[in-house]
Amino acid sequence: MTAVDSKTTPQNTKAEARRIARETRRNEALAHKRLTSPLATIFAVAIAFLWTIPTLGLLITSFRPGADSATSGWWTVFTNPDFTLGNYQDALTSGGTALTLGESFLNSLAITIPVTIFALAVASLAAYAFAWMDFKGRGFLFVAVFALQIVPIQMALVPLLSLFSRGLEIGDVQIFPGLEMREVDHSFATVWIAHVIFAMPLAIFLLHNFISEIPSDVIEAARVDGAGHGQIFFRIILPLATPALASFAILEFIWVWNDLLVATIFAPTTSLPMTQTLNSLSGTWGNQWFLVSAGAFLVLFVPIIVFLALQRFFVRGLMAGATKG
Amino acid sequence: MSQTTTSAADQAQGTPPPERGGRKPPSRRTTRLVVTIGLILIAALIVFLLLSPPNPDARPVSLGFSYNSFFQWIGNMGPIVQIPIILVIFAAVVGILLVLIEYAPRAGRGYFWLRLISCFAIPFLAFMMLRPYQGAVIYVIAIALIAGGLLFWADYRASQGAGYLYQLTLFMAPAAIAILVGLVYPSIATIIQSFFDKTGENFVGLENYVWAFTNPQGFWSIINTLIWAIFAPVFATVVGLAYAAFMERARGERLLKLLVFMPFAIAPVSISLIWKFVYDYRQGEQIGTLNAIVVAFGGQPVPWLDIWPLVNTFCLLFAFVWAQTGFAMVVLSAAMKAVPVEQLEAAQLDGTSAWQRFINVTVPGIRTSIIVVLTTVTIAALKLYDIVAVMTGGRANSTVLGFEMVNQQQRFQSYGHSAALAVLIFVFVTPLIIYNVLQLRKQREVR
Repeated sequence: MTAVDSKTTPQNTKAEARRIARETRRNEALAHKRLTSPLATIFAVAIAFLWTIPTLGLLITSFRPGADSATSGWWTVFTNPDFTLGNYQDALTSGGTALTLGESFLNSLAITIPVTIFALAVASLAAYAFAWMDFKGRGFLFVAVFALQIVPIQMALVPLLSLFSRGLEIGDVQIFPGLEMREVDHSFATVWIAHVIFAMPLAIFLLHNFISEIPSDVIEAARVDGAGHGQIFFRIILPLATPALASFAILEFIWVWNDLLVATIFAPTTSLPMTQTLNSLSGTWGNQWFLVSAGAFLVLFVPIIVFLALQRFFVRGLMAGATKG
Repeated sequence: MSQTTTSAADQAQGTPPPERGGRKPPSRRTTRLVVTIGLILIAALIVFLLLSPPNPDARPVSLGFSYNSFFQWIGNMGPIVQIPIILVIFAAVVGILLVLIEYAPRAGRGYFWLRLISCFAIPFLAFMMLRPYQGAVIYVIAIALIAGGLLFWADYRASQGAGYLYQLTLFMAPAAIAILVGLVYPSIATIIQSFFDKTGENFVGLENYVWAFTNPQGFWSIINTLIWAIFAPVFATVVGLAYAAFMERARGERLLKLLVFMPFAIAPVSISLIWKFVYDYRQGEQIGTLNAIVVAFGGQPVPWLDIWPLVNTFCLLFAFVWAQTGFAMVVLSAAMKAVPVEQLEAAQLDGTSAWQRFINVTVPGIRTSIIVVLTTVTIAALKLYDIVAVMTGGRANSTVLGFEMVNQQQRFQSYGHSAALAVLIFVFVTPLIIYNVLQLRKQREVR
């Protein structure tokens, strides 16, 4: 604490801070060791085991030859191992409906990557204005945006869909023409827009929490140096809020990738993402669990990689909304 | 230049804006008066626009392109090619926005004209991109011009300094348009729709709501949704809390945490398939885990997802809880780490058992986090769609509001019923959000 208050040189402060951090860590480790109990470990491992079994069962099935998995349980693999990669190949190339899983994988990418970036940019602009620009009714508006989470997606679906397809007509006057997307091969416009809209309330709320906690000295200093709001946003807020932006980007990526409802309603048949294709395929595959399981793992593969690679950010992103909300 | 850019900061502290070029400090009353008149004028023009007789022969007037033609052009490319194109264009738009924001408050003739022109050009472009139809062009242009003029004038006389209101508008506009068009307008439209019949043409009063409570599909979707909203958050929180507590005192915390958190990142479609496999039922040799256990203990295999009442709903519910527990666990475990060790040690010195310490020290210490987890999971459960859609498709009265609403709309084309069900979700979510808003307000006051 004293390190922050006293006007020592930066090096000293840094060394001091490092020393404190090191001691804290050591104390924590000590406390942790003292508290560790074998009984707790057993319980925790038991729950973790229970939680992993369902996934494990399906994972194993996805590598077993079709004939085996149709007649015997996945656990028999431990006594009678026999594995193949063919299920994945079959699942990727089989298309019960309009698309194969492989094609819709590309669609999923084309939906998820732009949406994540759009939502982030639009929300961070608004979050900056809420955090650092003074205007009448700011508190009220911010609470109103937060409260908009009240609106379940289901409530917006039908009107938004008709807005996209037919436009808005009051009386006989076309205020807003629809998007004529029927003739188009791979149109993602409606899905992009819908996802960005539905992400807005939570995105603004979470990003505002981070952006408003940037020390005001930093921003005042930039202002004195002649930077306007545009430069402050681009040169100071964006770099300082990178961890927050990254964590929200990961959350948003995973949500959009995993989404089924919005895609079901808004995506034209040739632009369906993997979740929707897998859902319709799992119907036509019926009890062919070797194909269903391979498909299920093809879908969860990308978010799990994103999640594992960026786990640290991810948990922090959750916390931002959770503990401060 | 620095003088003008700091004006906003000065203003926040209550000092009047520095005078510029001998301009008188703006009088609030005149500004307010003119802005009010302008808004009335815009409203009047919109009314005239709506009342003007339609001209079916009129050709659409536009700038030669619109967002529609742009989306059609980009939609004809391969999915992967679209990603870089749309991102570059989006980056360019945001870049222009930031440049305008940056230049807006600067003093000088050039910047003044830049602001003036863009104030008029932006609404004009926006309206022309929307392609006004049916000979209403004159009204549309008039609305655009008045909106632009009003923005410029109000901004020029804003008490925060010229350029401030303009900047604020540009920062807020994208999100505001998205929210107004995509959340506020549809919600109002859905509420109105819920009072109309199947096709949305005849007013039927509360008939759709009566249907929702009396028709078996509507009725069971309400009952099941309430079951979900009560049990899912409780189960997820209790298991998450227990696991977080055990983990606190267990070895190999990182791996244990990862294993339970992983389902949260799995797509609900995959979650549903994973659990459908667990519940799999067939004659003869069982391949589903649950029935294999039942058979191993000498029981008869059970068609879990077809047994009603309650059994199938709870089977679906467990799949959801399985995924949400990881979320509850991560949040609660982080909160537990913030509980002061001194308190726990003091309680230990007083001779309390581990259980007493947990109930009397840890749980009160993480109260806010527990509430956050409960509300988040409850809201997720109220809006639930995917798990029911994939696992049962609403079979055997396992339907919930979120699924039945889409079902009514897509399968039966029954817009009134589906709107009424959507409004019911809204009614159920409302108290939770109000509670959270009150909490948020309290926190802000403390700050």
